[in-house]
Amino acid sequence: MNPDCALQADHKKETLCLTFLGSWTVHIEPCALPDFSHLFTPQTKILSFDTRHLIEWDSRFLVELCRITEIAEKQAITIEPKGLPSGVSNLLRLSQKKTFAPPDNRYSDPGILDGIGRHAIEFGKQSNEMLAFTGEILLSYIRFFTGHARYLKKDFSFFLYDCGPQALPIVALISFLVGLTLAFIGAVQLKMFGADIYVANLVGLTMTREMGPMMAAIIMAGRTGASYAAQLGTMQVNEEIDALDTMGINSFDFLVLPRLTALIIMMPLLAICADFIGIFGGFFIGCLSLDISPAMYYEQTIKAITLNHFLVGMIKSVVFGYLVAFCGCIKGMHCGRSADAVGKATTSAVVTAIVFIVISDAGFTFFFNVLGI
Amino acid sequence: MTPSDALIEVQNLTMAYGDFILQQNLTFSIKKGSIFAIMGESGCGKSTLLRHLTGLKRPATGDISFSGKNFWKSSKKERIQRMQKCGVLYQSGALWSSMSIGENIALPLQQFTDLPTKLIAEIVDLKLALVGLKGFAKYPPSAISGGMRKRAGLARAIALDPEIVFFDEPSAGLDPISSKMLDDLILELRDSLGATIVIVTHELPSIFALADDSIFLDTETRTMLATGDPNILARESKSLKVKQFLSRSVSLTNQP
Repeated sequence: MNPDCALQADHKKETLCLTFLGSWTVHIEPCALPDFSHLFTPQTKILSFDTRHLIEWDSRFLVELCRITEIAEKQAITIEPKGLPSGVSNLLRLSQKKTFAPPDNRYSDPGILDGIGRHAIEFGKQSNEMLAFTGEILLSYIRFFTGHARYLKKDFSFFLYDCGPQALPIVALISFLVGLTLAFIGAVQLKMFGADIYVANLVGLTMTREMGPMMAAIIMAGRTGASYAAQLGTMQVNEEIDALDTMGINSFDFLVLPRLTALIIMMPLLAICADFIGIFGGFFIGCLSLDISPAMYYEQTIKAITLNHFLVGMIKSVVFGYLVAFCGCIKGMHCGRSADAVGKATTSAVVTAIVFIVISDAGFTFFFNVLGI
Repeated sequence: MTPSDALIEVQNLTMAYGDFILQQNLTFSIKKGSIFAIMGESGCGKSTLLRHLTGLKRPATGDISFSGKNFWKSSKKERIQRMQKCGVLYQSGALWSSMSIGENIALPLQQFTDLPTKLIAEIVDLKLALVGLKGFAKYPPSAISGGMRKRAGLARAIALDPEIVFFDEPSAGLDPISSKMLDDLILELRDSLGATIVIVTHELPSIFALADDSIFLDTETRTMLATGDPNILARESKSLKVKQFLSRSVSLTNQP
């Protein structure tokens, strides 16, 4: 036992008197948890306390005392609390008072099988939610096209501006650097075969079919998708969504529809910009470091990119736009009612969107390959 | 009250947000072991006064002293040590939502003591038992009701056995029975722990049941209108506004 707090045990016939000395507080130096069971002998029938030399006490004293009394109760020893400070007796009585009982042990540490089962159920629930959300989107668009959807046009314009012109600088910068990198890596390989000019094909095709739409979508997932999840999640926490629903305004039409539509419209436009700027990045490297004339590079790019390639990129970007907005909105609308839940919803929106983008891109590549496009 | 009796002393305090003066010339003291109520109309600066007393906001002018020591003239280390002796229960409980209830209570113990994990877990269980939430350690804050969140917040506030416990509108949003149960709990904890309690409230039943001293802040004059035992103020205060407030009546305005 630590010298700051000491315990003396005096056995007098059937009575064990425990004398507490010094300061029994949480701030005294740490010590190994004492084993109190050795204090009791088979003859002990009564436990009494002497706290006259107890300088100060707090929860630390209470916890140690609880441990001693627990052992005494197990051995059917009578406890005489007379010697304890009055506050201690009150607190012990208060701690034994039953007010609320936990309804079940659902938050206890799960076993491995239990954990797997819970995750499987959660996965099933989330899949179900996604399906229901897709249905809601469909119904919302039906209301939109029949003129029954309530939303603010001002909001819609804001979202168009936010995920279009506002996002353009970062999309442009990243696309330019991607085009630049592609040209550099391509040039090293193609130079070995004296096929430098095909850098234009490489950059042009990669940007229009794959990298332009995909990079724009990934940037928008991190920028706009996260922002949608955080906005809607915070609205959920503040009960703003409930306020809309109780007024009879469909929160889905009011909040999800303008966000989703804005991103579906703007994503192909951003992808077009990303294509052009990425190709310009390749052009920049081709002309400067590979000594390809600008006219030749331009001619080669025009020859390489057909309308089909361009359309493939556009179809992808529309789907990516939908996926980013879908993930942001679903995570925000289904967010819990705490700060932590908003953080989780935002992270989940970005991760899910990126996973969906990559999976759908792989699907598209396979599909277009089968069609020979 | 002699200066030695006073745990908290406020001298000529002015609270302001930029150029806007919220309250001025506040002078009062809070006796050790007492329950002190900060009363007043909505928007009069009760919660701002609490922020000043808990060291979250610096006074525009004036002094706040704890046990005779000026808080804002102390070093940063001393101020932090002083704050560790205070517990605060916020209106919503302000539990950290990323942690379980047990982890919320364990955090101050882990940060400011060297106690072994097992002992901390036992103290957490004891604190939860004291506020009537035995068995809820693993629950996330989102899984319990508002009243239970306040109790859990109280368990966290008393985790380090503070000298002073501040309550920001503890009864707000609670039904009368839960509110009464929380008031009883506050009284029992004060009697057992010997802590000084400072409560911001405008719930009259709580004020009369708990407080043995109080201050009334006025929005119009932007200063304190009265200080003293609310039961006495209700009968004997010279201020009509204080009487109106404590009798929950506007009819007094018509009296001469």
